[in-house]
Amino acid sequence: MTAFSRTDMAARVAADIPEGWFVNLGIGIPTMVADHVPPEREVILHSENGILGMGPAPEKGRENPWLVNAGKQPVTLRPGGSFFHHADSFGMIRGGHIDLCVLGAFEVAEGGDLANWSTGENDMAPAVGGAMDLAAGAKRVWVVMDHTTKDGRPKLVERCTYPLTAMGAVSRVYTNLAVIDVVPGRGFVLREMAPGVTLEALQARTGAKVHA
Amino acid sequence: MIDKVVQSIAEALSGVRDGSTVLMGGFGAVGQPDELIEGLIEQGARDLTVVANNAGAGRVGLAKLMEAGRVRKIICSFPRSAGSVVFEELYRAGKLELEIVPQGTLAERLRAAGAGIPAFFTPTAAGTTLAQGKEVREFGGRPHVMEHALRGDLALVEAWRGDRWGNLAYRESGRNFNPVMAMAAELTVAQVHRIVPLGEIPPDHVHTPGVFVNRVVEVRRGAPWDEEARPGAPGEEA
Repeated sequence: MTAFSRTDMAARVAADIPEGWFVNLGIGIPTMVADHVPPEREVILHSENGILGMGPAPEKGRENPWLVNAGKQPVTLRPGGSFFHHADSFGMIRGGHIDLCVLGAFEVAEGGDLANWSTGENDMAPAVGGAMDLAAGAKRVWVVMDHTTKDGRPKLVERCTYPLTAMGAVSRVYTNLAVIDVVPGRGFVLREMAPGVTLEALQARTGAKVHA
Repeated sequence: MIDKVVQSIAEALSGVRDGSTVLMGGFGAVGQPDELIEGLIEQGARDLTVVANNAGAGRVGLAKLMEAGRVRKIICSFPRSAGSVVFEELYRAGKLELEIVPQGTLAERLRAAGAGIPAFFTPTAAGTTLAQGKEVREFGGRPHVMEHALRGDLALVEAWRGDRWGNLAYRESGRNFNPVMAMAAELTVAQVHRIVPLGEIPPDHVHTPGVFVNRVVEVRRGAPWDEEARPGAPGEEA
C-alpha cells in the first residue's frame, strides 16, 4: 500500500480545478495546491483579506510588507489582480461567487458536515477566522486531510464529534488513501484509491459506509 | 476651511472616554494603526471593548494596550496567532472577555452599522455553537442566523495616503477591515503614511471618502515601508 504524500494530495486537487475558477485555499496542504496548477491554466486565487489574483510567494528579499495572504505570509499579485475591503471579500464568498474553497479538517461526516475550527477543549481560546463563512458560502468545499488521526481513528465519520464549522458543506474529500465524493442522500462515494489500497482496507479506516 | 489634520497622536485621541468600543483596523500587522493604538495607553481610557480581527501579537500595539490592563473585552475572529502571548495570558487568567465572530460576519456587522442596517440574516454559522442564542430563520429552505450591526464609539484605521478632508487611499492588502470600520464609528481617526494636498488622491482612487473620517494624523513608517525601498510592489495607486 502506497499512501498519497502531501504533495500527491495537493497535485490531485489541482488536477481537478478547471480553468477560470475562483478558488480560496486554506492553510497547510490546501496552500500547496497552488504550486500544482499548470502555469498555462488560469485559476484565480482569492484571499479573505482582500485579494483576487494572488500569485506565489516572492523571492527572498523581495517581500512586500503590504501584501500578505490570509495566513499573513508574504505573497505576490498576478497581472489582472485586484484589492478590495473585507466586507466585499466576504460578500464574494457568501454571495456564491467563489467556485471552490479547499480546507483542512478534523472530521467530515457522510452528510457533508464539516468540523475544522475547534477541538472543543475549554482551556484554549477558540479561533474561527473565516472558516465558517467559507464553508457556508463557497459554491463547493473540498477537504484535504489525512484519512485517520495520528492514533488511527477515522476522520470520515457518520456524525462529527467536534464542534461543527458548517452543516452539509463538503462535496469531496482528498485523503492520503483515497478521493471520495460526499453525495447528498448517499454519503461517501469512492472516486479513486491510492496505489495498493483495497476497498476493504479503506472501509476499515473509515467511520461510515464507503460506497464503491 | 475644513482641516481634519491633527499634529500629534495625543490630539488625534483627545476626548476618548472610558468604556468606549474601539474598532481597530488591520489584518495581522498589515493596515494596523499601531501608533494610534499605543497612543491610547498615554491617553488613559480604560475598560475598553476592542473590535479587531486578531488579538495582537508580541508586546506592541493592541498587545501592549491589553498588557496595560485597558481592555475589558475583545470581539474578534482569530485571537490565537503566532506570538499572541499577551492575549493568551490574560484570557487564561480570566482577565479578558472574548466574543468570537466569524470573520465575514464581523466585516458585515461593521458594514451594516456604517450603512444604517440594524441587523441582517446570514447562512454563516448556522447549526454551530456560534449561533447559540441567536434568532434563526429559513430563507430558500436554508437556516440563517440573525446578526446585529456592530457600532464603535471610536475607529482607529491606517491608510497609505490621506488629505485634509479625510479622504483615504489604502495600499494592497492593507485595506482589509479599515474601510468598513471607518464607516462604523462615532469618531474615526486615521493614521496615514503621507498627508497629501487636497486633490492629489485621484477621485477615482479614494477608497474611503472623507465623510467617514474625523481626524487624520501622519505617521511615516520607516523602511521597508517607504516607496523607495519597496521592491516588487504594484503601482503606487493600489
